[in-house]
Amino acid sequence: MKVLIASLFSGLLFGFGLVVSGMSNPARVLNFLDFSANWDATLAFVMGGAILVAAPGIYWVRKRSKPLFANKFDIPTSKTIDSKLVLGSACFGIGWGISGFCPGPAVVAVVSLQSDVLLFIGAMLVGMLAQYFLTPKSS
Amino acid sequence: MTPFEPLSGLAGGILIGLSVVLLLLTLGRIAGISGISAGALTQRGSEQYWRLAFLAGMILAAIFYSNFMGGFKVETQLGSGWMIIAGLLVGFGTRLGCGCTSGHGVAGLSRLSPRSIVATLTFMAAAAATTNIIRHL
Repeated sequence: MKVLIASLFSGLLFGFGLVVSGMSNPARVLNFLDFSANWDATLAFVMGGAILVAAPGIYWVRKRSKPLFANKFDIPTSKTIDSKLVLGSACFGIGWGISGFCPGPAVVAVVSLQSDVLLFIGAMLVGMLAQYFLTPKSS
Repeated sequence: MTPFEPLSGLAGGILIGLSVVLLLLTLGRIAGISGISAGALTQRGSEQYWRLAFLAGMILAAIFYSNFMGGFKVETQLGSGWMIIAGLLVGFGTRLGCGCTSGHGVAGLSRLSPRSIVATLTFMAAAAATTNIIRHL
């Protein structure tokens, strides 16, 4: 139960962070990606603020031998730069540049119940399932 | 046009950073939204439940904000067909690349993961190129 409450609370913080920062509005994201007149640099401050807290926070947490409510840390350790990483990130970037949505903002924007947002998130979940079922499991 | 709002951006970013630290401290997990969303569909049991709880928290925050804190705008460009194509690319791409703006862009950069640095540079460049082509060509 405490696992679920901690996770729910983390999700609340994340969700508030996205709406407070305005990242839930794809227009704001696109105005960051578009370098022409009226450039909106807000997104850089969101990522900067998040890293400013997360970098020392993660460093501090990892000094512990284990997390509070689990037996071990589950953190990716691979350092291999492979074609899947680059191709996948490029695909994601193209979709992000078309829509202005990455997964987090799309999740909170569902609350608007706008049909194009619901279509986006439906398609995103289909894309995730497609990758899950199509890509051979290596690990 | 959207106004440049560095202070609310910074405030929101700090909340996101706190979320990343809290989830790592309590569950030992990286708060990557693409991984959490996909795992909420494909995992079962406790591996599914904590992810659903995280997503529920995000949605509750958005509901609370839109009802009691003035709400937020969601302005899209292009039509529904483009949104479906974009959604498929984002879903497939984030899983193939093992992360998105949160897992690679925030958590990964924070711990100087070489994979996350490459991923973030790649999706930032691809996104900026795409937006500029759509808007100006």
